Amino acid sequence: MNNNKKVIEVTNLTRKFGKFTAVDSISFDVYEGEIFGFLGANGAGKTTAIKMLIGLLAPTSGKATVAGCDVYKQSEQIKKSIGYMSQKFSLYEDLTIAENISFYAGIYGLTDGQISEKTDLLLKKLNLENSRNELIKSLPLGWKQKLAFSVAIIHGPSIVFLDEPTGGVDPITRRQFWNLIYEAADNKKTIFVTTHYMDEAEYCDRVSIMVDGKIEALDSPTNLKSKYDSYTMNDVFIQLARKNQVQG
Amino acid sequence: MPVVEVRGLTKKYGKKTAISSLSFDVNEGEIFGFIGPDGAGKTTLFRILTTLLLPNEGKANVLGKDVVKDYKYLRKHLGYMPGRFSLYMDLTVEENLKFFASIFGATIEENYYLIKDIYSQIEPFKNRRAGNLSGGMKQKLALSCALIHKPLLLVLDEPTTGVDAVSRKEFWEMLKRLKEQGITIIVSTPYMDEAVLCDKIALIQNGSILDIDTPNDIVSKFKNKLFSIKTYNKYLAIKSLESYEYKNSVYPFGDSIHYSDKRDNTDNDVLIQFLQLCGINDCEVNVIDAGIEDVFMFLMKEKRHEQ
Repeated sequence: MNNNKKVIEVTNLTRKFGKFTAVDSISFDVYEGEIFGFLGANGAGKTTAIKMLIGLLAPTSGKATVAGCDVYKQSEQIKKSIGYMSQKFSLYEDLTIAENISFYAGIYGLTDGQISEKTDLLLKKLNLENSRNELIKSLPLGWKQKLAFSVAIIHGPSIVFLDEPTGGVDPITRRQFWNLIYEAADNKKTIFVTTHYMDEAEYCDRVSIMVDGKIEALDSPTNLKSKYDSYTMNDVFIQLARKNQVQG
Repeated sequence: MPVVEVRGLTKKYGKKTAISSLSFDVNEGEIFGFIGPDGAGKTTLFRILTTLLLPNEGKANVLGKDVVKDYKYLRKHLGYMPGRFSLYMDLTVEENLKFFASIFGATIEENYYLIKDIYSQIEPFKNRRAGNLSGGMKQKLALSCALIHKPLLLVLDEPTTGVDAVSRKEFWEMLKRLKEQGITIIVSTPYMDEAVLCDKIALIQNGSILDIDTPNDIVSKFKNKLFSIKTYNKYLAIKSLESYEYKNSVYPFGDSIHYSDKRDNTDNDVLIQFLQLCGINDCEVNVIDAGIEDVFMFLMKEKRHEQ
């Protein structure tokens, strides 16, 4: 991660809903090949912030560029330049593995030749060559997860957003998944991840913690733990999120 | 007499076996945790225990009653909080609570003392619709609704999934206070770090129980020497250890790597030297005690080898 190329640049980004300020002037940068953890309590404003970064919601004020694209003017371009994987994995249960791969590759505008090449490559990498015609719904959760991640980066984006990617899977599968993430980061992909598992925050190069719409802390897990005199990121998180916790 | 007595309980959906011959007891006043991932069979088991689903084989007694024959009695005396909180999103906080109290023929007033701790935190929002509550508040309301008829046994299916770390901590503090009031609690969770908050736990995977014991006794069964390795170059270290001929297991674990070796006499220096050969010069190696998650992975692997 010894890299100073910024792939996300955020300055005073703000979003209001009526009188309520969901995201309150946040600023941060994310670098190429970095695994960046974006944490916060339920209702802290994470989802609103991510929606702005991936071009789904216009900010009220402030500046942000993602993969070189401006979030106000180039929101369509952003969608093409990033990968996104959510908790629900968003694969089509009634389509086969190969069909899901071609479907997503097609949406991202790959040519037929590229699609068939990518499909073979991906099936081989995931050891799913013999299952290419199986329906997604017949797959174990862990496989779906790995496939969903691979599909999310099939168009070679420089950044991939992972929204609580590992919920509910067993501990071995979770770790296999993190190995995929490390591999992607090693290949200079930037990983922007949200999670409720605080031990996963420790897998990240740097994490930010949002409280009530603001970024209260941003640093490497090691530095945060020493700053807040804690053994775990869980303790850091609880200290920060409790500090000025507001119900609602 | 145990509050829950389960023997050889099996449930199949078509050809798929959701739970396979489970046997266990839950004693009065215990917090008993089922720890396992999605698809392990936790919800199926809880639905059988709460009389909402019929087993194919085996027997389950809850509060001394049979879950198949005595369902009417049991439904009155159990509190069940399903996963994803079954609240009425179009009703307000207070309407939800009143509704659940009235189905059980109870009133909020008579059992208010039981939920006071929890409900008072959301009472300022009692006129807000449940659909407009945050995750942590929904969770508190759902727990209040499951408690309002003063059940003898509380069954909580993944109450903390998707809820942030602060709310999770508060929730466990509430469970502890309920336990002090004599309520037996069965709870499931995919979060391994919550295991130590239970009196007894069952590790469950693919419909089978990997082990049942107190959290302390479970971790004491981990016999391998476990190393924690910290380095800035984690990915390279994992790859290198994966291909190390003596490795037994290599897992990323928070800010470090947990490693166990096939040899009995490995020490820190051996690993440091090996990693240096792989180009990693900054590593810090310590021998550590295993946690629940280490044991879970160890048992999962063992089970796979048996099959």
